[in-house]
Amino acid sequence: MMTVKTRRLLTYGIFVAPALIFFTIVIFIPFLRAILFSFQDWNGISSDIGWAGTSNYTKLLNDKGFIKSFDFTVKFVITTTILLNVVALALALILNLALKTRNILRTAFFLPYVIGGVIIGFIWQFIIGGLFPEIGAATGWAIFQKSWLSYPEYSFWALVIVTVWHSAGYFMIIYLAALQGVPKDMLEAAEIDGAGRIQRFWHVTLPLIRPAMTINLFLAISNGFKGFDLNFALTKGGPFGTTESLALHIYLEAFTKNLFTYASAKAVIFFLILAAITLVQVAVMKRREVEM
Amino acid sequence: MNRERYSVGKLVLEIIMLALGLLFFFPLYLTIVNGFKTYNEVVTSTTAFPEVVQFQNFVTVWNQINFLGVFMNSLIITVIAVVGILLISSMAAYQLVRRPGRLSQIIFLVILSSLIIPFQTMMIPLVKVAKDLNIIDTLHGIILLYWGFGIPLALFLYHGFIKAVPKELEEAASIDGSGPFGIFFRILLPLLKPITTTIAILHSLWIWNDFLLPLITLSSIKNQTIPLAASVYFGQYTNEWHLAMAALTLATLPIMIFFMFMQRYIIQGITAGAVKG
Repeated sequence: MMTVKTRRLLTYGIFVAPALIFFTIVIFIPFLRAILFSFQDWNGISSDIGWAGTSNYTKLLNDKGFIKSFDFTVKFVITTTILLNVVALALALILNLALKTRNILRTAFFLPYVIGGVIIGFIWQFIIGGLFPEIGAATGWAIFQKSWLSYPEYSFWALVIVTVWHSAGYFMIIYLAALQGVPKDMLEAAEIDGAGRIQRFWHVTLPLIRPAMTINLFLAISNGFKGFDLNFALTKGGPFGTTESLALHIYLEAFTKNLFTYASAKAVIFFLILAAITLVQVAVMKRREVEM
Repeated sequence: MNRERYSVGKLVLEIIMLALGLLFFFPLYLTIVNGFKTYNEVVTSTTAFPEVVQFQNFVTVWNQINFLGVFMNSLIITVIAVVGILLISSMAAYQLVRRPGRLSQIIFLVILSSLIIPFQTMMIPLVKVAKDLNIIDTLHGIILLYWGFGIPLALFLYHGFIKAVPKELEEAASIDGSGPFGIFFRILLPLLKPITTTIAILHSLWIWNDFLLPLITLSSIKNQTIPLAASVYFGQYTNEWHLAMAALTLATLPIMIFFMFMQRYIIQGITAGAVKG
């Protein structure tokens, strides 16, 4: 006969253990192992793994490829974070005006988001490679006559445009939900007090949708940093590795060059940067939110 | 607000927005249309209609990449992975919420904080772990890996939701002689339906569209998922746009149909998931 206490403990174990086991095997152990790998030297094949001390880390400080990829990623994150939020907020504000076609518009803007990044990248390879030259020939506009994916600057903007097209609808949905939570009487009160459209937006709406802004900035920064699919499928990191995101760079180092331990050091640095930035961003934004 | 002036401005705005909406849809439209053309037609003009609507490209692609097979792989992986994540996470969240204490708190916080680790940090040792466990390049293997990766977010969302569910129902059932399993499956689980829908949608979209994990763990052709199979047409030297567009149309069709039918739930789920996450 089991006591009540052991039976409760057993129940607890049965309910919690599966989550704990899968978490440990799939996330916890690989994470610790990545840290361990970053201090080791291993080519992925030989049976013995040697120690490397901190040499992987000192090496990557002077690694031109890594630094280039870091620069690209930072530039990409800043550009897409701003554009995504501006475009999404503009779309949400317009849809919030109770347009008749609002539902169909919402669907159209959101639709690209449900398709995976790799498929999106391939679709745009076709748009840029097939449609753009045609537009260029028909209109004579120089911008469409260039082969975008052969120029670093154009490839960068191709990635930015496709990212905005792909995800703006998602950010819009989050802003739209927040805008619907702004009380009508507050806006009316401000209007009676003589506040114009811009003042109402700036002093009433904007402070009230700060939580949505925190979320959207967080998502844009974190998704931007982790971007892989589009770089893989659309530009393949090119031309000349100019659009190789950190995520793609780490993948290529590990799985095409077999630099497992060196890539692990890069992956750990990648984690530290991402964790630091997102924690700071959320902390700063949370403090500025208005309590309702 | 003065409505007379408004209606004209609104009409203009409406037309502008509709044009923008069409522009948003245009890349998808082009993909579908070009899937029906011959190679020469695609090269001549990407925007023109096909001269004859023919399904030859789709037949070719269907056979070349064994579309039915890869579709089934994607479906099996997504469904079993999501159901497993829902079950494992809701069970754990139930006990972690209802039996508070230091242990529960530590478990919850450790799992939660892993949300900040990017996949790329874990992926290199993960391949080694999967090899050591002999589950690399198998469907059940990748499903087990998804169970692990899906747990943190699902557990977090369930945890928050269960905290707001009153305990009284469970206590009443307990007095009536129900055990913990009965309480969980018959009383609590039905109450969790709204959050279960949210989590199911978020995780289905993620797993269905995921590319990197299948790329590094599924190497055999027979285990390929849809995104992996579609990438065959975008290799270094292939230039068969007509087949590529048919393949992309096939690849996007299932998720578009799913979206059309589930739109309301998807939008609700995504909003709820983002706001709580």
